[in-house]
Amino acid sequence: MKRRIPLIICFAIGILMIIQFMIPHPISREFGSTVNKWYIVLAAFALVLAIGNLIRHHGTKIRRKKTNWPYSIVTLTSMVAMSIIGFAGGVDPKSLYQTIYLNVLAPLGSTMFALLAYYMASAAYRSFRARSLEATLLLAAAFIVMIGFMPFGQYISPRLPAFAEWIMKVPNMASQRGIMFGVAFGSIATALKIILGIERSWLGGKK
Amino acid sequence: MNHDPWIWIGAFLTLMIFSFLYKDNPFYKFAEHLFVGVANGYYIVFYWQNALMPNLFEPLGAGNLVYLVPLLLGLMYFARFIPKIGWLVRIPIGFMIGWGAGISIPAYFQAFVLRQLQGTIITPQSFENTIDGVWAVVILIGVICTLVYFYFSKEHKGILKPVSRLGIMFIMIGFGASFGYTVMARVSLLIGRIQFLLGPWLGLID
Repeated sequence: MKRRIPLIICFAIGILMIIQFMIPHPISREFGSTVNKWYIVLAAFALVLAIGNLIRHHGTKIRRKKTNWPYSIVTLTSMVAMSIIGFAGGVDPKSLYQTIYLNVLAPLGSTMFALLAYYMASAAYRSFRARSLEATLLLAAAFIVMIGFMPFGQYISPRLPAFAEWIMKVPNMASQRGIMFGVAFGSIATALKIILGIERSWLGGKK
Repeated sequence: MNHDPWIWIGAFLTLMIFSFLYKDNPFYKFAEHLFVGVANGYYIVFYWQNALMPNLFEPLGAGNLVYLVPLLLGLMYFARFIPKIGWLVRIPIGFMIGWGAGISIPAYFQAFVLRQLQGTIITPQSFENTIDGVWAVVILIGVICTLVYFYFSKEHKGILKPVSRLGIMFIMIGFGASFGYTVMARVSLLIGRIQFLLGPWLGLID
């Protein structure tokens, strides 16, 4: 029962979601919309669990005074403060909640990703070597696309941006499509295995 | 120089993150932990306002008792903290996994198989412009060669050998182009941050 009931629910929901996609009837559409809403609710509950885990992790770090524990206070305090600001002050475009989003969260997020530009370039410099024809093609394609999409590329040759675009639209598209077919069939096969109960690793090891 | 305190906060946080380029340091750690905390606080309110209120509490408040089902399913997540009924957590997980698997089959088939096939197949319309027709043939050859490269059920000998070799060349160009494109996306973010520091903060550029 502890494994069979979840398997039956997974099977039933999986099959019903496929059927509702195939039948464009208002009842089917209404069912699909309701189940989608339930999914959103369950995702929100999963977030509650995740927040609980975060609080427990940082709480333990503070209590046991583990390495870098003062930073855990920053995490917990900022999380609580942001939640209170959102609940108490509202989420209007001019609210403090949105101001913090624009001036704290957005700069932090985009700077984190911008930092990756340096590490990607540094990793590429160390690992990209034109040792074979395949490696040379990879290197050349990356170089042309990078230079071609920069305003600077236009000054090297006015045809470079068009060439970079051709690489994206023709050989890149061809290989991406080939990979996409493989990914699609692999994902469909895995999804079918899950629905049919052949793949059960999500149930965990315990009985 | 700008006098808006929020611009100063944004600028200092940006510099704190960039300080990691030198080495891991307390300023970076502070900004990193602040990011995690503020992001979680943001999503707590976001999910409450956009997920739980309209999809659960408002329908329940209006007397729609069907919504007791997702409430009960959601509460089952917390069964993992009670060992005796810990297995109940598998029910909402089963629901979510079943939903994801069920919705992905037709979606993947439509977006990644049918649409891509539609784009790859050559029709008389492909040759309305000769050069576009030639590129359509190149794409078709590239797709077939890429698929042959990933076909491992038969040894790549005879005709399969040159075809799969051509396939790996297309794949390498694709990987290189994707890498270059991703780097450019990150570089544009970097340019955005530098523009923010030099423009709204320091007022050195317009």
